[in-house]
Amino acid sequence: MIWQLDLAILTLVVIAGIAAITVKDLLGAAILFGAYSFMMCLLWSIMGAVDVSFTEASVGAGVSTVFFVAAVFRTTRRTRD
Amino acid sequence: MKIIGLIIALSTGVLLICATGDFPRWADPASPASTHLSPHFIEKTMEETSVPNIVTAVLADYRGYDTMYETAVIFTAGLACFILLRIFVKEEPGDRLYRHLLTGVTVRVKEGTKLPPSEDFERIDATWTPPDLIIKTICRFLIPFIQLFALYVIAHGHHSPGGGFQGGVILGASIILLAISQDLRTSVRRMREKLDAVLCAVGVIIYAGTGALCLLLGLNFLDYSALASVLHCDPVTARSHGILIVEIGVGIAVMCTMIWIYNNVSSIGKYDEGL
Repeated sequence: MIWQLDLAILTLVVIAGIAAITVKDLLGAAILFGAYSFMMCLLWSIMGAVDVSFTEASVGAGVSTVFFVAAVFRTTRRTRD
Repeated sequence: MKIIGLIIALSTGVLLICATGDFPRWADPASPASTHLSPHFIEKTMEETSVPNIVTAVLADYRGYDTMYETAVIFTAGLACFILLRIFVKEEPGDRLYRHLLTGVTVRVKEGTKLPPSEDFERIDATWTPPDLIIKTICRFLIPFIQLFALYVIAHGHHSPGGGFQGGVILGASIILLAISQDLRTSVRRMREKLDAVLCAVGVIIYAGTGALCLLLGLNFLDYSALASVLHCDPVTARSHGILIVEIGVGIAVMCTMIWIYNNVSSIGKYDEGL
């Protein structure tokens, strides 16, 4: 485990998480959530949990981003709060 | 109200972070999980189930109940999306548009009349735009390989990371890719709504049915060594095969649920052209 890499990915996770809840554009939030999931996937594989990382990559970063984007397209793109 | 919410969220976060201090250290050999459970799984999994990937063995065999209800939860999620979103509207009055597939000519059919039954015409919406040729062609090349990889992930879950959940999601994603690159009608023609819903339930039934079969053969629920007499092999191999059967059930259920949720969300339950 390389601690510099670990720290960089952890920082990106925090940044992506905070950005996803503050950004006004919901489509952007969905994409940021996908980025967050990918960073989590990297963290899992660094910790040696390859099965969890695989699930995170396919479900979290893959399909759920598609669901979010579909839901944004069918509702509204901007939040009111 | 916002400030109260912020205070509650921050104090919960601080409490949770404080509570993590009581956890055993990461990879601590003296923690209860490492002294009791892990040694058993690491030492005995190979001789008890003949599955090299311990995670798969724990997921589908030792903790089979959990995975069965996880599959049921996913099925329920798909069902909830269907019940909340699906609307069965009668055909809206007005003209319908059809497109001739070979020539690309659009035909407007007046209300009350019908086209002669033919495979050459496809129903389109008023807002229909032709799919981009490059995207359409690349996706058509890509989808078979994605599906092949998904089948590999399901079948090879015994030896490498992967299994029913991941493989099922990738299979579902390949059909969703078809719906995105062309339109929802194309993908629904390949994977009919009824077939999708039935397969969703079939996946869960395969899992629960395997467990019930073990019960009928005289052992515990989901104790796959009971399948030895049915599969004509020794109990250890039967457990390995039982895991594979269960993973296939999970894969079918997850694939169909993903397609079902996407179809309902992207067309707001109308099953028209989608995104």
